[in-house]
Parts: sequence; structure tokens; C-alpha cells
Amino acid sequence: MLRPLLTALIALRALRRNKLRSSLTALGIIIGVASVIAMIAVGNGAQARIESQVAALGRNLLAVFAGSRRSGGVSSGLGSASTITLADAEAIAREVTDVVAMSPEVSSSAQAIANGHNWQTSILGESPDYLKIRDWKLAAGAMFNERDVRGAAKVAIIGSKTAHELFGPLDPVGQTVRVKNIPFVIIGLLESKGAGLGGQNQDDRILIPYTTAMKRLTGDRYLRSVNVQVVSAARMEAAQQQITSLLRQRHRLAPERDDDFDIFNQKEIADTVGSISKVITALLGAIAGISLLVGGIGIMNIMLVSVTERTREIGIRIAVGARPGDIRLQFLIEAITLSLFGGLIGALAGVGASRLVDVLADFKAIVSTGSILLAFAVSSAIGIFFGFYPASKAAALDPIEALRYE
Amino acid sequence: MSTPAHCAPLIRLLDVAKTYKAGDVQVRAVRGVTLDIHRGEFLAIMGASGSGKSTLMNILGCLDRPTSGSYELDGAPVAGLHRQELAALRNRKLGFVFQSFNLLARTSALENVELPMFYNHPLVSLRERRRRAAQALERVGLGNRLGHHPSQLSGGQQQRIAIARALVNQPEVVLADEPTGNLDSRTGIEIMGLFQELNDAGITLVMVTHELDIAAYCKRTVVLRDGQVISDRQTEKRPSAVQELAAMEQAQQRADLA
Repeated sequence: MLRPLLTALIALRALRRNKLRSSLTALGIIIGVASVIAMIAVGNGAQARIESQVAALGRNLLAVFAGSRRSGGVSSGLGSASTITLADAEAIAREVTDVVAMSPEVSSSAQAIANGHNWQTSILGESPDYLKIRDWKLAAGAMFNERDVRGAAKVAIIGSKTAHELFGPLDPVGQTVRVKNIPFVIIGLLESKGAGLGGQNQDDRILIPYTTAMKRLTGDRYLRSVNVQVVSAARMEAAQQQITSLLRQRHRLAPERDDDFDIFNQKEIADTVGSISKVITALLGAIAGISLLVGGIGIMNIMLVSVTERTREIGIRIAVGARPGDIRLQFLIEAITLSLFGGLIGALAGVGASRLVDVLADFKAIVSTGSILLAFAVSSAIGIFFGFYPASKAAALDPIEALRYE
Repeated sequence: MSTPAHCAPLIRLLDVAKTYKAGDVQVRAVRGVTLDIHRGEFLAIMGASGSGKSTLMNILGCLDRPTSGSYELDGAPVAGLHRQELAALRNRKLGFVFQSFNLLARTSALENVELPMFYNHPLVSLRERRRRAAQALERVGLGNRLGHHPSQLSGGQQQRIAIARALVNQPEVVLADEPTGNLDSRTGIEIMGLFQELNDAGITLVMVTHELDIAAYCKRTVVLRDGQVISDRQTEKRPSAVQELAAMEQAQQRADLA
């Protein structure tokens, strides 16, 4: 048998002689490691969820909003001003080469009546490209087409929430819904997408051709926004610049004047959200790390008490021939055993806590192997670091004093 | 003791002195002790408290170093050895028995006796450790108490475990510091009986005591006063502890009958 193994055996026997104290000492590390793993899992889970919400906005989406209308210093929010026309939208699609899909957007809020129920919902006028831009699919039926747009057809695609409110369990496709007394034939049902970034329900809406919306509902020549899909994520920046200069030119804005529109860049949002959630994850991890540190100090504390309390034992060991190195190694191994044992139990507890978060919260905590390995590395490092001082103290004891110790 | 090699003493102290510093005061605990101890001896070191006998014992046990003078153990000078080498000496050549037994609590008799073998170089295999520890316990009459913890045993039995622990590495000499000090007189005589038996089997023993009737069981008595040897003589008409115990037994029986 190798000597370190033998020393480990001695250390384990010593820990076993004091089961309660050993497990209480390990508890500090257990809590520390468990919270590091759980916190990082929660952070990662939150990050993944936010990222999926940003991704749900669409694929390589640029949304060009009409500027905010100001009257007497009061701003009415994006899209409220009448600055973007259908001609602007068509120019973007025609002249900006990186744009692969475009949907002019007109929106209004209205009462929808069908099947004896009525429901306040938002009516969006869009082009057939809308689904492609938003990376959205239909659960049933078909999207309206270019001919419907040209003819300002009275057809509608219904969101799953709206459909549920109006038709309950009935199949909405083929039914008629009346909006502002105009009957629309429902030809498609959107797949459920859940809450959006701002928390609004994306499934509560009715899509109709933008021409229909402009002619029959709003009577407006202006658009709320233009949704645009760019060929690739790498071209987003360039496309945004081209659209900006195109619109400034079309709106004849002098160089010193501000843009009368705003461009929402999905990639920018994704990047910002991504970096914020990374910071949050790091913060959660750091807080948990402090509890790990406290656990380590707990180990040092108990080891110091243990060295004092076992002074006589150390004296006996030295008297029968233990070398200072043997004593140091024994106490070091005791500390490392406590911290590694704590690390192991803590890792299990951390994974368990993350599973609990899955059940209690509405997002999945993501346990990464990296965080488990990190917690292990840190807990063994803590064992060595915080065990070293008490172990050296034990090794330096004078055997005569130690044997006389009461 | 025919050739000079055999005559070489196991322990040779030459003008050994030890001075402590207790605050500002210099305490001269041992002041020039010269002493030879040969193999097979059974020596008692006597003296009042403060006579320097414990300090001398610590020096003999390589737990402490003399301030001046020389100490040769088994022909090799001890001065100038490192802590490591002193540890090895204690491990291989010395066995310790203490007044307060100094056993590990919550640890079986067998594991207590195994303890010195953990620090042997080279290592002793687990099975060999077990065998030798059991054998040593057998030798002190505790062959049937291997799994008992110290708290489950009487003082005399605990001291026997400590003696087994001192013997397990087959040391050159067993050093006992007031081994009967915590025991009643009858148990003390039993322990002295065990020592006499071990000494008859060839084991060298050095013990510190302040009790005259305990020292009487030893072959030779050295008396210290103020750190110096004031008397050194062989015991005449040494009693046998075993016979005395038998006599005490008979007296007890007679008293019970009467």
C-alpha cells in the first residue's frame, strides 16, 4: 500500500470518529457547491429563454417604424407618426439588395365578432411574406397570397388565442369573423408562439392583407412599420444603413435633421439581451461563490478546533514515530476529504435544486457540466487552501507540550 | 558480557544538561547527568517533583534535546539528528508508556496498538499489522479484548494496551513515565508484574516513578535531586510482583473465610 493511501485511511478513520462534526463541516461546502450549480443553471436557463424569445421575433428581422408623433412636446410612441408610405416599403424591397422579404404593417385594435362571441384583439395588415419574416408557421389552413393582396380580399389568419376565445374547441378555418361589420373568411390558424419579449401575447391577433386593412379598416395611406428580412445576420448592419439612407433621401431630410423613423434591429437586441443575461448569470454565480468561500472558512475553522482538540492525539502520533509530514498530510487529507465529499453531495443537491426550479418556475434551469467541474475544482482547492494552515499548525506542535495538553 | 561489543551500553548519557527559559528565569532542569544503561536492564529513575526526572525521560525518548552533553542510543549519537530522524528513532527503537495511558479514544484496542506501525518505513502490510498488533495484545493478556474501545476497559487494561503499543515495533527499550501513577496499588503491582515478565524475556525497561515500593520491583534505581544523580544502585532482594499478588490473594481469601 502506498503511504499517502495509508495516511488517507488514518484521516478517514479520524473523520469517522466524529461523524456529526464532519458532516456539519461538509454542509458549508455542500450548500456552497449546490448554490453555485443551481444559480448558474438558473442563469443559463433564463438566458436561453430570453434568447429563444428574441429568436421568436423572426429571422434576421429589421423593423422600420414610423417616427413618434410629437404634439406640444408629448411623444405618442413609435409608429404613431405618418411618415412611412407603401411606396417607401416597396422602395426598400426593390432597392436594398440584402432584403429578401418585406411586409408592410398596418395595425389597429378592433372588436372581432364570431360564433356569438366578441373579443377585443389587434388586427394586423401584412403581406404574405410575414410568416417567413417572423419565422412562424400555420397550424391549419393556408396563408393569403399576392392575389388576395392585390384584390384586397376579405380573408383572415387567426391567432390561436383569438381563435380559442371566439370558437372554443371548434375548428376556426372556414368560419367567418366580423371586424367593424366586415365579414372575413378565416383561411388559416397560426401556431401558438407564447408571450413575446415585452410580455404581450403574440397569439392574440388577426392577420389580414395590408391592402384590405388600409382600404377597409383604417382608411389610412401610412404604414405603422415595415418588417424586413435580411439575407444573413452578417448583412444586418449594412442593410440597416442602406434603408436609413434610402428613407432619408426619399423623405428629403436635410443632413442636420433627425430620422423621422426608427429601425429595430433584431441582432442588436439579441446581442444586448445576451450580454445582460451573461452578466446576471455571472452575478448569481458570484453570490453563490461567496457562500462557497464561507464554507471553506468553515472548514478551516473546524480544522483549527480539531487540531486544538486533538492536540494529545497528535502528541501520541509524534511520540510513536509520526514525522511532521505525516501529521500535515493527515490533516490536509481530512480537510480535502471534507471538501470533496461536500462537493459531491453539493453537486447532487445542486442538480436536484435545478430540477425543482424546472417544476416551480416556467423555464428550464440548464445544468452545465462546466459548472459542476468548476464547483469540484473550487471545493478541492478550498480543502487544500483552508486545510493547509491548520495542518501545518498540527505538524509544528511540540510533542512534549502536546502530550501534556489537557 | 564477554566481549567489548556486548559491553557497549544501549544508552550512554555523558554530562547531559537541559536548561529551560521560563520567561526571564533560566531553569536548569538537568545539570550534568552521566548514565549508562545496558541491554536487559530494568531501571527506575526516582526523584521528587522538580528533580528533573521527566525532563531526563523526554531526552531519553528523543522528544527533547539536551542543551549540552551527549546522548548515544545504540551506539549512535542522537544530537544533530533532524526531526525526521528522531521520529524514525522513536518509531523503531523506543516504546512509550505514559501515566495517563494516552490511547486514542473511540478507537479499538487493536487499532491503538497498530498505530506505531502506520509510521514504519518501509510500510507494513495490513495483514502483518493486524497479526503483530494481535500478538502484542496477546502478550499483555488482552488477546480477548481486541475490538474493545478504551472507554470499555479498566485502567489496568488500558495501560496494558499502551504497553502492547510500546512493544509492537520490537523496540530496543521501553520508556515508562509513571506507568502506575493513575492506577490503584493492586493494579500497579499487576503492571509491575507484567514489566518483570517482559524484562525476564529480555526487554530493556526504563521507568520514572516517585513511589519507593514501585521502584523496588526494578533491578536498578537511580535517584535524582535538582537535576543531578545522587544515588545509583542495584536493588537487593527484589520482590516478584506475581508472588506478592498470589500472597495478597491468599490473605484476601483467609479474611473472607474468617
